Amino acid sequence: MRENPKRHPEVAAATEGSQERDSSATVSPQNDGKVRWIRKDLLSLEELSKEEIELILKTAESFKEISTRDVKKVPALRGKTVANLFFEPSTRTRTSFEVAAKRLSADIINFSSAGSSTSKGESLTDTAKNIEAMNVDTIVMRHPSSGSAEYLARSIRAGVINAGDGIHEHPTQGLLDIFTMRERKKKIEGLKVCLVGDILHSRVARSNIWGLTKLGAKVRVCGPPTLIPAKIEELGVEVFYDVDEAVKDQDVLNILRIQLERQKGAFFPSIREYAAEYGISVERMKKAKKDVIIMHPGPINRGVELAAEVADGAQSVILEQVTNGVAVRMAVLFHTTMVER
Amino acid sequence: MSKLILDAPSVERSVIRIAHEIVEKNKSTQGLCLVGIQRRGVILAKRLQETIKEISGAEVPIGVLDINLYRDDLTKVFEQPVIHKTEINFDLDNKIVVLVDDVLYTGRTIRCAMDALVDFGRPKCIQLAVLIDRGHRELPIRADFVGKNIPTSKEESVRVNLMETDGKEEVVVQ
Repeated sequence: MRENPKRHPEVAAATEGSQERDSSATVSPQNDGKVRWIRKDLLSLEELSKEEIELILKTAESFKEISTRDVKKVPALRGKTVANLFFEPSTRTRTSFEVAAKRLSADIINFSSAGSSTSKGESLTDTAKNIEAMNVDTIVMRHPSSGSAEYLARSIRAGVINAGDGIHEHPTQGLLDIFTMRERKKKIEGLKVCLVGDILHSRVARSNIWGLTKLGAKVRVCGPPTLIPAKIEELGVEVFYDVDEAVKDQDVLNILRIQLERQKGAFFPSIREYAAEYGISVERMKKAKKDVIIMHPGPINRGVELAAEVADGAQSVILEQVTNGVAVRMAVLFHTTMVER
Repeated sequence: MSKLILDAPSVERSVIRIAHEIVEKNKSTQGLCLVGIQRRGVILAKRLQETIKEISGAEVPIGVLDINLYRDDLTKVFEQPVIHKTEINFDLDNKIVVLVDDVLYTGRTIRCAMDALVDFGRPKCIQLAVLIDRGHRELPIRADFVGKNIPTSKEESVRVNLMETDGKEEVVVQ
């Protein structure tokens, strides 16, 4: 079963009724879930099945409680080592993985590209192989190049968790967004979700689209035509260019950050014009459903894509996303690190 | 090739007797609480709670514990454990905690459960109630309250079926 960790998941028959949990028996008595996680890596939501996504969400639900205890720690990953390998600036995601690993008792080490051998010209594979040579079990990587996580996963035995690769995917953000939507709205099937902003450069948007459509949500994207990738409809989403139209009847507005650092070309005339045309203001919120929830992956450009009053308002679940991010990353670390290499 | 050990009325009688023994041993329900080990231990704990209420009128608090994250063989198990919820919404400090599980075998589950419990507080004491004790302990652990002791060989398996999880009520050895 374990020879090929990248094999597609099989739907194993549920084992029922065996009580000998405390024997060192090979059968888990509580396995009433039907899906088995066999990936050493989490590279994208595109590659996951609906059942695998649901498994992570279910585990995350159970893990959320751990962070509310006085002793916020369980020994599940004791003796395992996780390395954060970040080639792009990040506070939230890196810290979130760090907290998640620590709550599961794994040891975590941080590498950042600034001041490391990367600045001396070392290749990605060499850097990773050196980290792996220190017997690290799982590498969490953020990198500016799309596809870098998959490339790395193929070249090393350690597990790789994609914490954002270029404009490709940011799977744990997608999972935590879906987790938060499900927690708030009690379902994903049939949920109406609108992603607003820079869809072109957004790995968060792509992970949201893959994950949400797999679970049966109805997804819209909205932004200036220059920031909507061609043929995005083929992923099963509706495209809107008028934000006042797009927000109508939606259950969730996931507002994406205008990524000034990624925009080498002129995609819109000015920040002010973007804020006026696409920013979610108090005024615009009146056109949305009363119980709509506002999400944002952070960091927020206040007054650009999202008005401060809305970001701090009653409908905002932005800080819940951060809380849930820890639980979701715990679940991802738990499942991937448990897979035998 | 399975042998019936307890039928539905016997399971019920065992639960009632254990409830009486818990109240008797602890002299009152003051400071008493029940913690069921996922999943059949939780069902048994709920039944004990109801019975204790009938006996003494007191509703003792009940908690739910998933021990999978504390297992010493977690990385070696072939099947992946499904992580269920842990919910202990009351303070364990200075409480008499009765751990409840269906089958006591090697004792490793109970070791995990005790590790988990002390992360939640410092109970005055921890007691153990099980429906079946089948022997073959690998750790120095014993139960305070036992529904039925059954001698088994290691090759046999004990199945506890409860209405809530299995749709029928019986204990069999196969």
